[in-house]
Amino acid sequence: MSDLAYGFIALDLMPMLAGVLAALCCGLLGNHLVLRQQSLMGDAISHAVLPGLVLAFLVGGTINPAYMFLGAGASAIVTVVLIQLVRRLGRVEPGAAMGVIFSVLFALGVFLLEQGNARAVDLDASCVLYGNLESLSLHWTPADTWDAFLSKATLEQIPRQIWTLLGMTGASIVFMVLFFKELRISAFDPGISTAQGINASAIQFLLMVFVAAAAVASFEAVGSILVIAMLICPAATARLLTDRMGSQILVSALAALGASVGGYFLSANAPESLVHGGSVNAAGMMAVIGGVLLVLTIIASPRHGIVARAVHRQKLSRRIAMEDLLTTLYRAREAGAPHHASGMPAVARAKSSGLVTAKNGALSLTERGLADASAIIRRHRLWEGYLVDRAGLLPDHVHAVAETLEHLDSPSPNETDAPHGDQHGKPIPPAS
Amino acid sequence: MTTTGGSIPGAVDMPPTIDEIVRTLTLQAGFNTTSVIVGTTLLGIAAGLIGAFALLRKRSLTADALSHATLPGICIAFLAAPSLGLAPRSMPVLMIGAAITGVLGVVCIHLLITKTRLREDASIGIVLSVFFGLGVVLLSVIQTNASGNAAGLNHFIYGQTAAMTRSDTITMGVIGVFSAAVALLLLKELSLVCFNDSFARATGIPAWLMDTVILGLIVLVTVSGLQAVGLILIVAMLIIPAASARFWTERLWKLILLSALIGGASGYAGSSVSALLPRKPAGSVIVLTAGALFAASMFLAPARGVLATALRRARIRWRIANDHLLEYLFENTNTSPGRPLSDIADEHGIPSLRFKLLAKALQIRGFITMSNGVATLTHIGSARGARVARNHALWEQYLITHADIAPSHVDWSVDQVEHVLDDELVRRLERLLAESRA
Repeated sequence: MSDLAYGFIALDLMPMLAGVLAALCCGLLGNHLVLRQQSLMGDAISHAVLPGLVLAFLVGGTINPAYMFLGAGASAIVTVVLIQLVRRLGRVEPGAAMGVIFSVLFALGVFLLEQGNARAVDLDASCVLYGNLESLSLHWTPADTWDAFLSKATLEQIPRQIWTLLGMTGASIVFMVLFFKELRISAFDPGISTAQGINASAIQFLLMVFVAAAAVASFEAVGSILVIAMLICPAATARLLTDRMGSQILVSALAALGASVGGYFLSANAPESLVHGGSVNAAGMMAVIGGVLLVLTIIASPRHGIVARAVHRQKLSRRIAMEDLLTTLYRAREAGAPHHASGMPAVARAKSSGLVTAKNGALSLTERGLADASAIIRRHRLWEGYLVDRAGLLPDHVHAVAETLEHLDSPSPNETDAPHGDQHGKPIPPAS
Repeated sequence: MTTTGGSIPGAVDMPPTIDEIVRTLTLQAGFNTTSVIVGTTLLGIAAGLIGAFALLRKRSLTADALSHATLPGICIAFLAAPSLGLAPRSMPVLMIGAAITGVLGVVCIHLLITKTRLREDASIGIVLSVFFGLGVVLLSVIQTNASGNAAGLNHFIYGQTAAMTRSDTITMGVIGVFSAAVALLLLKELSLVCFNDSFARATGIPAWLMDTVILGLIVLVTVSGLQAVGLILIVAMLIIPAASARFWTERLWKLILLSALIGGASGYAGSSVSALLPRKPAGSVIVLTAGALFAASMFLAPARGVLATALRRARIRWRIANDHLLEYLFENTNTSPGRPLSDIADEHGIPSLRFKLLAKALQIRGFITMSNGVATLTHIGSARGARVARNHALWEQYLITHADIAPSHVDWSVDQVEHVLDDELVRRLERLLAESRA
């Protein structure tokens, strides 16, 4: 085994694995939170596990993983129930209800932390926030040859947190596969879901239990801030890239993977010039990369991205400008008056694509231009007729509406839809 | 190990004497303690006041994102201050940094909501976690780079009330007075925007400007509260007093006043307890006090409290049951007079104890007289029974003929809605029905 590989395995493998597993587990479950517009449940739960952790610590006396898991899980469930209670009984707005409950529980956690011996030992409030990824390598001393590494002894050395996360990730995947249909239908239409015999609120509660468990399994290694980031950012990224549930989940998994691996490498290899020692907080960095991936998606997503939409709008406005030029020329021709528009970008484009010619400064339609213009004028006048005959609008109200409708790609009315012809006595050009 | 919160100095491991308690509560327990108590009380008042508007504009969790987003600003200000020739730990510098990234965070939320297809909840969560993550990264940079004086920065996460100085108290006083003045000056505009923003826009009040004013005040309170309660708990001081006050009243000015009062009381009580008892971090005690006031308000408030609402509902149910029984009796007087009451109870499946109570109540109100288990309607009883029965029939008819325009919020079961109708509506219905039959 090379030094480079050994260095990676000995120092970086475990923290990175923990980050990746936590990101995957939260990122997958997060899809359902984002779709249900309950992203902030993750935020509430991961703040509110603090009192449970501290109580478990005070009762157990030491850091006992089973107690801690139970304590945190219990307070997560209490949080979900209390928020529901305050919303239903107190008729408090959901955001405020969440804010009240999680901040009071967090305050209770901070308060308890100061009591007893919790302060003196290594139960650390900031560890709850940003985890303790780096410590995962402490008791991990793998063998330095591949043969020795790939043995049972190595397995036994893997830190407990990794096993917990592995189990939780597996459980989340099983949950999401088994309940794929139920989760999807209850997210989009709780009414239909109930009508089909799928109890939407039971599914909802089950989802909350899984989110709580994922938060609890992850927080010890990666801290609550990464839990919140991974519950929301990958799912939001996927939301901007796809409209289908299956691909949404796949894309979110990829985004979670990218954010955790990328964040870890950036944090471990920060430029020495900026950071003394060359490493920064890994969990924080993963959250930041999750955000960066999202921003990149917002800019560059092929359908919903800012660039794509700007291009689309630009194309559309060009087309409309061109069509308006053609119809103006058509009407000028109809009235027998020459048209002298120039300098507009649409004119240059129309000339270069052979729809319009200029003679002595006056513009006129070519044969192709005339055909295009007739088609648009035809749509315009048929729409006007339709709006008066079928939709009951007044004749002097329809021009502006038809001005918009003439640019639509969708099928326009035909002569039977507008039996009275044009509203202003003009001929309707025949269909080509 | 990070110190969380930090108790106010002077507290020792002994229960306080009565003299100490009195001196602390009357602000005579030494300069430091007094300025902390006054400062947190003022902070509570300001936060409660602003929080009322934040609650009505449904901005509670935006405030949460804002306070988390201050962390990178604090770190950047700390890192940048020396190159600008300022002391890195000077409070104004850190507060300006905090305010800048806090506002940036809110702007990002707004952009995410308006420019992408993401909803508000996801946008808030994204900004909250990514900005805070950046703050954590910068914090770790500062901790590995700088010398010992950097360690204090993470106090802003959990707050350290003990570190409050006289100038902090003055800052909070100024902010409290300022936000109260702004709220009073703009009360009409703010309340219009809070309750009906499209109407406000139609009357020429720019909703966005009012939202910006509210946001500005939230930033002010958040930044000034960082030192005292920390960036995670400051949001509690904005949300909880307002949410508690909401249970007590339906009027805006009362809501604002009560919210400020509850905020101030939590600040005062929390920091006093923290000063008197050992190991009671002020930030969390303040929030727990506010939480207790919230719970008390939620259950006990007469206007919208849980108990009062349950009582009102029970009373309505009881009245409806009374009316039902009267109606049964009225119908029986016409069809089968002299039928024993227990028969009616069996027919309608009413539990016997409840039925006895109902009959007793009708007797007390003078609607029926009882003899040998047979109830006879008195004069007023049969008048009321007739009215209930008539309402019932009218409403049934109304639903049959006007079902398409029947209000959707009434209970469709005919047995209930008759009690919704008042006399005026009944007269209108009668006319309507007479017309529809003609």
